Amino acid sequence: MASITLRNLVKQYGDGFPAVNDVSIDIADGEFIILVGPSGCGKSTLLRMIVGLEDITSGDLLINGERVNEKAPRERNLAMVFQNYALYPHLTVFENIAFPLRLAKHRHSEEEIRRMVTEAARTLELTDHLERKPANLSGGQRQRVAMGRAIVRKADAFLFDEPLSNLDAKLRGQMRSEISQMQRRLGVTSVYVTHDQTEAMTLGDRVAVLKKGVLQQIASPRELYEQPVNLFVAGFIGSPSMNFLPAAVEPDRLRTPVGDIPLAADKLRAAAGRQVVLAGIRPEYFEDAALVDEAKRGHGYAFTAELTHSEWLGNEQYGYISFDPSPEIRRLLENLARDMDAEELRPQIVVTLDAASRIRGGRPAQLWVDTRRVHLFDPETGLNLTRDAEAGQALTAEAEAARKEEINLARERQRVPVQG
Amino acid sequence: MKTSAGRERAIWAAIAILVLLYALFPVASIFATSFKQPSDLTSGKFLPTEWVTDNYEQILVGNAQGLFLSALWNSVGIALIATFIAVVLATLCAYAIARLDFPGKRLVLTTALAVSIFPVISIVTPLFNLWRSIGLYDTWPGLIIPYLSLTLPISIWTLAAFFRQIPWELEQAAQVDGATTWQAFRKAIVPLAAPGVFTTAIIAFFIAWNDFVYGISLTSTEAARPVPAALAFFTGASQFEAPTGAISAAAIIVTIPVVLLVVLFQRQIVSGLTQGAVKG
Repeated sequence: MASITLRNLVKQYGDGFPAVNDVSIDIADGEFIILVGPSGCGKSTLLRMIVGLEDITSGDLLINGERVNEKAPRERNLAMVFQNYALYPHLTVFENIAFPLRLAKHRHSEEEIRRMVTEAARTLELTDHLERKPANLSGGQRQRVAMGRAIVRKADAFLFDEPLSNLDAKLRGQMRSEISQMQRRLGVTSVYVTHDQTEAMTLGDRVAVLKKGVLQQIASPRELYEQPVNLFVAGFIGSPSMNFLPAAVEPDRLRTPVGDIPLAADKLRAAAGRQVVLAGIRPEYFEDAALVDEAKRGHGYAFTAELTHSEWLGNEQYGYISFDPSPEIRRLLENLARDMDAEELRPQIVVTLDAASRIRGGRPAQLWVDTRRVHLFDPETGLNLTRDAEAGQALTAEAEAARKEEINLARERQRVPVQG
Repeated sequence: MKTSAGRERAIWAAIAILVLLYALFPVASIFATSFKQPSDLTSGKFLPTEWVTDNYEQILVGNAQGLFLSALWNSVGIALIATFIAVVLATLCAYAIARLDFPGKRLVLTTALAVSIFPVISIVTPLFNLWRSIGLYDTWPGLIIPYLSLTLPISIWTLAAFFRQIPWELEQAAQVDGATTWQAFRKAIVPLAAPGVFTTAIIAFFIAWNDFVYGISLTSTEAARPVPAALAFFTGASQFEAPTGAISAAAIIVTIPVVLLVVLFQRQIVSGLTQGAVKG
């Protein structure tokens, strides 16, 4: 069990390009931290710096308060699960899991190794496969063997490098919940790298969003979702992505391509002095005007727009509204899409509608938008002008309390069967 | 579909048989000759009229024994030592080439290639003079060193290609699991590289075993002369008899280890041990 502190970590390659640039994160004991970002954002490099496979150009890495910059990987007592599992193909599952124990010579007797491996195999449901070679295992089983190698040695922390990206979608969901439960049960500090935001949102106590080696924001998934610090985080978190509408600021309203949207005075005040801002509205803040609750209706604004087409998914449906932004805004949106590793798309607004909605493409329709949850962004700096830092902190504090409770619950539950 | 696949297979089988006949006929001929009596050599028949083991007796226990057995001992010893040194050096070199990024990496590879395509005959004369003046002429090291120049380049190239296929993550995983660099190499990489090392060792052994030019030029006595060179010194029972039978018998005997090696290590060469290391 350990806390990990990253203090102004920098990784510079030979050509001077900083793959990781001045990243500072405090990881508490037992916390599950996700590093997320588009490819090339430095998340894997950062993880490999923590485990010791990459040198640290500058900054300090502390494990339990002790500086470990110069220590070799084997001296850091961390366990890592690799993307391709890195199982030893010439060893059986048993020997694969026992590998770290056998390396720690004379510390464990043969009997002890057998007991520890069997124990780990039991928790991972690998008991029947112990004598098989990795080549004869399915993807999910190989994944579990890799986890077994990590849990068997009582490491101070677990590091995961995109461990689920080689699995098919169904198995990925299952393994995700297994990792989550295992982490809670063991209460072990974990750092998990992924580009999949579903994994980031569901697994993480806190999620660190990186872009081009720079830490953008680190917060609980809910804070990231509801109070993003900038355009990049807002656009990267959430699927489908947040819509960004160019909007002219007027005293009591925003003039947008889908009409004038009246907005609360404090939000408009935050945007004061700027001619144009980007209004960030998540697809699910829209609704079919005919299906909005009376109680909610007052918090939003109804407008008429024409959908180009819609997609019905069973539980909900997506509608698409295209608009034609000015060339500067178009360029801005294209850059943003490139930053997020997304395809350059035609400028369009995605709206999530109730599955019962009868709105179809090609005809003008009455839509409703929840104006309380609109965020305004500075188009030049990308900063969120309407971010409520206090509300955000409250969300993260809530997640922190929930984490402690979950760990305690998991530990109690573990104790009960032992006594019974 | 079925008939065309069957026909295709038949064509391939026919080609395979032709190639086998072409390759094995000389071996069969030498094999038959090695069992002929001296008087039978010019009979013009493929098979001996009477199967006798006189030729084998002559080289193993008879008057050619001294010449052949010492040559066999030289060949085995020199080829094995040259192979061993080449494989050990090439393993370390190829591992560095595959894993590390150091200046002059390309230079090492190009030099190795250049050395291997250099004609043997053009170095043998200067080497003969050099070896005589520094006392390496007609000694085991005098042959092992030039053999290394033949076996090292090809060993480095094949092993480097082999090491590149082994996922680097395996080694890194071992290091994270608590292994030193050397332990990671020995416990995670060497077992996986074993098939490649075997293959390389066999190739290197064949090269050393089959050499003739160095063997005949850099030796003069039984102290270091290998079998291929010694065959040229065989004489018949009298000056009117050709030593063809004895040479054939010796050729068959030196072929046996080569065949044995291939048969024994075939599975190691073919088995793809790396399968399953990464997602298959």
